[in-house]
Amino acid sequence: MLDLIAPFFERLNDTTGLNFSPFYDSYDWGRLLEGMWVSIKLITAIIAVSLVIGVVGAGAQTSRVRPVRWLVAAYIEVFRNTPPIVQLLFFYFGLGAITPQVDMGGWYEPMIGSFGWAVIAIGIFGGSYNVEIFRSGIEAVPDSTKEAAESLGFSQFKIFVYITLPLAVRICLPALTNNIVSLAKTSSLAYVIAVPEITYSLSGIWSDSVNVPEMMVLLFLYYIVLVAIIARIMSVIEHRLALPGYGQ
Amino acid sequence: MIMSPTETWSPAQPIVSLHGVHKSFGTFEVLKGIDIDVMKGEVVCIIGPSGSGKSTLIRTINGLTPVSKGSVKVEGIEVHDAGLDKLALRRKVGIVFQQYNLFPHRTVLQNVMMAPLLVLKENRKEVEARARALLEKVKLRDKEEAYPAELSGGQQQRVAIARSLCMRPDVMLFDEVTAALDPETVKEVLVTIKDLAGDGMTCMLVTHEMGFAREISDRVYFTDAGRIVESGPPSQIFDKPQDPRTREFLSKVL
Repeated sequence: MLDLIAPFFERLNDTTGLNFSPFYDSYDWGRLLEGMWVSIKLITAIIAVSLVIGVVGAGAQTSRVRPVRWLVAAYIEVFRNTPPIVQLLFFYFGLGAITPQVDMGGWYEPMIGSFGWAVIAIGIFGGSYNVEIFRSGIEAVPDSTKEAAESLGFSQFKIFVYITLPLAVRICLPALTNNIVSLAKTSSLAYVIAVPEITYSLSGIWSDSVNVPEMMVLLFLYYIVLVAIIARIMSVIEHRLALPGYGQ
Repeated sequence: MIMSPTETWSPAQPIVSLHGVHKSFGTFEVLKGIDIDVMKGEVVCIIGPSGSGKSTLIRTINGLTPVSKGSVKVEGIEVHDAGLDKLALRRKVGIVFQQYNLFPHRTVLQNVMMAPLLVLKENRKEVEARARALLEKVKLRDKEEAYPAELSGGQQQRVAIARSLCMRPDVMLFDEVTAALDPETVKEVLVTIKDLAGDGMTCMLVTHEMGFAREISDRVYFTDAGRIVESGPPSQIFDKPQDPRTREFLSKVL
């Protein structure tokens, strides 16, 4: 791959001074690929964590136990009303400092690394929005439908899993798509705690090669393509889940 | 857990019996002491003006609406006991609602099969065969792969009936099941209920279809303002009503 494009970008650099070093220099190429790979892993993990929190939190919000509902409400207040970058720094430097260190045979490493903290922090941040999104969907499911299930002997848990949730997901999918796209972009904040995702690795390249504008263009393109792909996936899901004749 | 009270119940006793049932919503008393006994295989219609508590009454029978006072028994099981095994009750009593309330994300066949599979954990093949037979009975075999929103109101209501029947209940409750339907589809639903009653199913109906109530009922209850004003065989209620309130109501609707 690199062999194929390298001559072109080398000549581009020589003739115009536009230095896209990752496209001819194998070391920078490796850093770019690694950055993209970590970024995709990071985004996937963040979205997964935020979805689990969203479903569990929204389910807990319907709990009959009042303290459980308070806990969820407090969580939402805290994490929606503070900047994600502050949360990230809080988790990494605040909580990271007091988490146990693991003996790696001679040297010590924190039990949770920067990647782990980024997933936890941004996942929790995104989860606080997802709870509210799922809740709006859950509230839109008619009581009469749940009542029908109850009359057929469904337990409260089975009603949630088999009736409420599948309908709620369909109702809140557009809002969920927005939040997922937003989370994918927020993942770049992991840069501040040195997670080697795309923003971080490209910053390494532009520091070494002094090609800031070129790498900025690359970074923009990466996110544009990535978000387009996510949006496409979500629209396919929306299409697949659409019910004939329902809500149209 | 309660000891199985069904052991003390024999088919010679009422299958559904309400005694002194009161229900208040806040300060508003909807039911002011209702007594009804229904024998196995009987078809009972509850008629009366809007707001007289008919729907509340029928919903107390499967425990959807808790009573404030009094006793509701189905096959000897006290419905409003705190320790009631709800599932045991819901296996015995099926209910069909005015708005059908089908599960919109499942096909017709899945709607019918869902409860026996998930709640009773019955064998899929058996449930499927039973569901298909029921859909045949309500004349919707050709719609089994359709989603509820693709069906007419009358068709949806017949699916709802099949869905309830697939749990093999002993008693069926119908809460104004034709009230939301177009006049031309009312008949198809009524025919389905009539077939069911003909098969010996115990049925309790809240209805505004007076002609149907007269034709199908063994017994008719006229309710007004939370009380049973008058009850008896349809010939008596419709032809020789004793109470002036019954007469007034019937003169308005007939």
